[in-house]
Amino acid sequence: MLILDHLSKTYADGTRALADISLTVRAGEIVALIGGSGCGKTTLLRLIAGLDRASAGGIHLDGEGIAGPHPGVGIVFQEPRLLPWLSVADNVAFGLAALPRAERRARVAHALERVGLAEHAGRWPRDLSGGQQQRVAIARAFVAAPKVLLLDEPFSALDALTRAGLHRHLLALWEESRPTVLLVTHDVAEAVALADRAVVLRPKPGRIDDTIPLPLSRPRQPSSPGSEAAARTILASLDRSLRPEGAADRAKPDASALWW
Amino acid sequence: MAAAAAVPAARRPLRLPGGRMLVGLVLPVGLALGWEAAVRAGWAQGRLVPPPSRVLATLWGLAASGELWTHVLASLTRVAAGFGFGALAGILVGALTGTLPPVRRLIDPSLQALRAIPSIAWVPLFILWFGIFEASKITLIAVGVFFPVYLGVAGAIAGVDRKLVEVGRVFRLSRLALARRILLPAVLPATLVALRTGLGLGFMFVAAAELLGASEGLGYLLLDGQQLGKPDQIVAAILAFAALGKLCDAVLVGLTQPLARWQDTARESL
Repeated sequence: MLILDHLSKTYADGTRALADISLTVRAGEIVALIGGSGCGKTTLLRLIAGLDRASAGGIHLDGEGIAGPHPGVGIVFQEPRLLPWLSVADNVAFGLAALPRAERRARVAHALERVGLAEHAGRWPRDLSGGQQQRVAIARAFVAAPKVLLLDEPFSALDALTRAGLHRHLLALWEESRPTVLLVTHDVAEAVALADRAVVLRPKPGRIDDTIPLPLSRPRQPSSPGSEAAARTILASLDRSLRPEGAADRAKPDASALWW
Repeated sequence: MAAAAAVPAARRPLRLPGGRMLVGLVLPVGLALGWEAAVRAGWAQGRLVPPPSRVLATLWGLAASGELWTHVLASLTRVAAGFGFGALAGILVGALTGTLPPVRRLIDPSLQALRAIPSIAWVPLFILWFGIFEASKITLIAVGVFFPVYLGVAGAIAGVDRKLVEVGRVFRLSRLALARRILLPAVLPATLVALRTGLGLGFMFVAAAELLGASEGLGYLLLDGQQLGKPDQIVAAILAFAALGKLCDAVLVGLTQPLARWQDTARESL
């Protein structure tokens, strides 16, 4: 269980990025953090990854406080961030230096198989497409068997078709070890396709505005009535979150604006 | 131009492998042959600008007598020693200032100020300090090599992608592992370029040092040719310098190229 306990982050220049974020995520749950730009989504992930320190509040993973990079927490960044001097297989193995060679190899081969890149194991990252590189990054995070996997808009730079393929690869890997997943996104369709719960954030300072459960069965069809209804609910909530507080509720969800 | 580009591939003449590289030879070889012909025909005297045949004969004579190898060895030893000291110091100091900001604030301004001094200006001082023999020459070469290597290494470290460093932090690498697994490979290509620049400058300064007083070395051969009025010997020494410099550069590239094989650049075309 991942618990965010009244988290706040104020940068040195006084910018309040996050204010009083409290959230409890059960083990194995996929939560989509959704919100307009500048609402602190990435900041929140960086706090959980231990790359930045919270100004106030705490993060607890199965009762253990997190104050720095933690072996139980993995992250996939917005960009693939592969090391260009390592082959695809070595990139995936990057976090496994402590394991015996044979096990490392087996895990890497399995993960590459899962993301459909087994035949590219010996190539350089530069020889792969953007979508393939992001799959390598996902495999690199998964092989370390994290309890919590953080995804920071990992598919935002890819076209819709590639993105749908990556959603499948991600769910296939998730099925195996069922880690807790926190997915930052600004794409409502992506949240509906993947998450058990959508958490809508409100900007300036970033805080939780609304929580929408998505009790849909998997595999999900983006065109099914359930998915469409969920997408409309999230959009309405997003729209509310982006208006100044206290403004009259005149939200008219725009179904064509699936991209925020 | 457009018409030439439109010629169908089948009718394009002379598609030898390496044909493109041979094009570069047309101008120098043409000029050399032209000058040779002009001197043979008596249109030019060729006393101050010797024809290629005479230069080659001089070069051959120096090589056959073994004199050339003495000079080549002398120059090469100086460059090797100067490059070794200068590059090592450049890498060490560059790594220090690149990774430790307080050290950078302390010594980088002084080094930048020293860099503004033309290296040849040190010669009188070095001769006073280290005498007229090897020590002063090697010091001069080392100073010349130091600055480009220092700048290259410090700049490369400062330019390491923070995003890749974060990957190392996420996987909880120790400082040492971070340096070995991320910083070192990341700065390697720029370091190799800096070393090549440094080596080139090493040859520049060995010529300067030997012109200023030496009893052997290719630079001495240059000076000797000037004082005895033997332009063919000067040109022969210049050719030897060019060949030696190119050879050393090729060896350096050949030794280090495999380390930067992963780079996504147009390096092959350089």
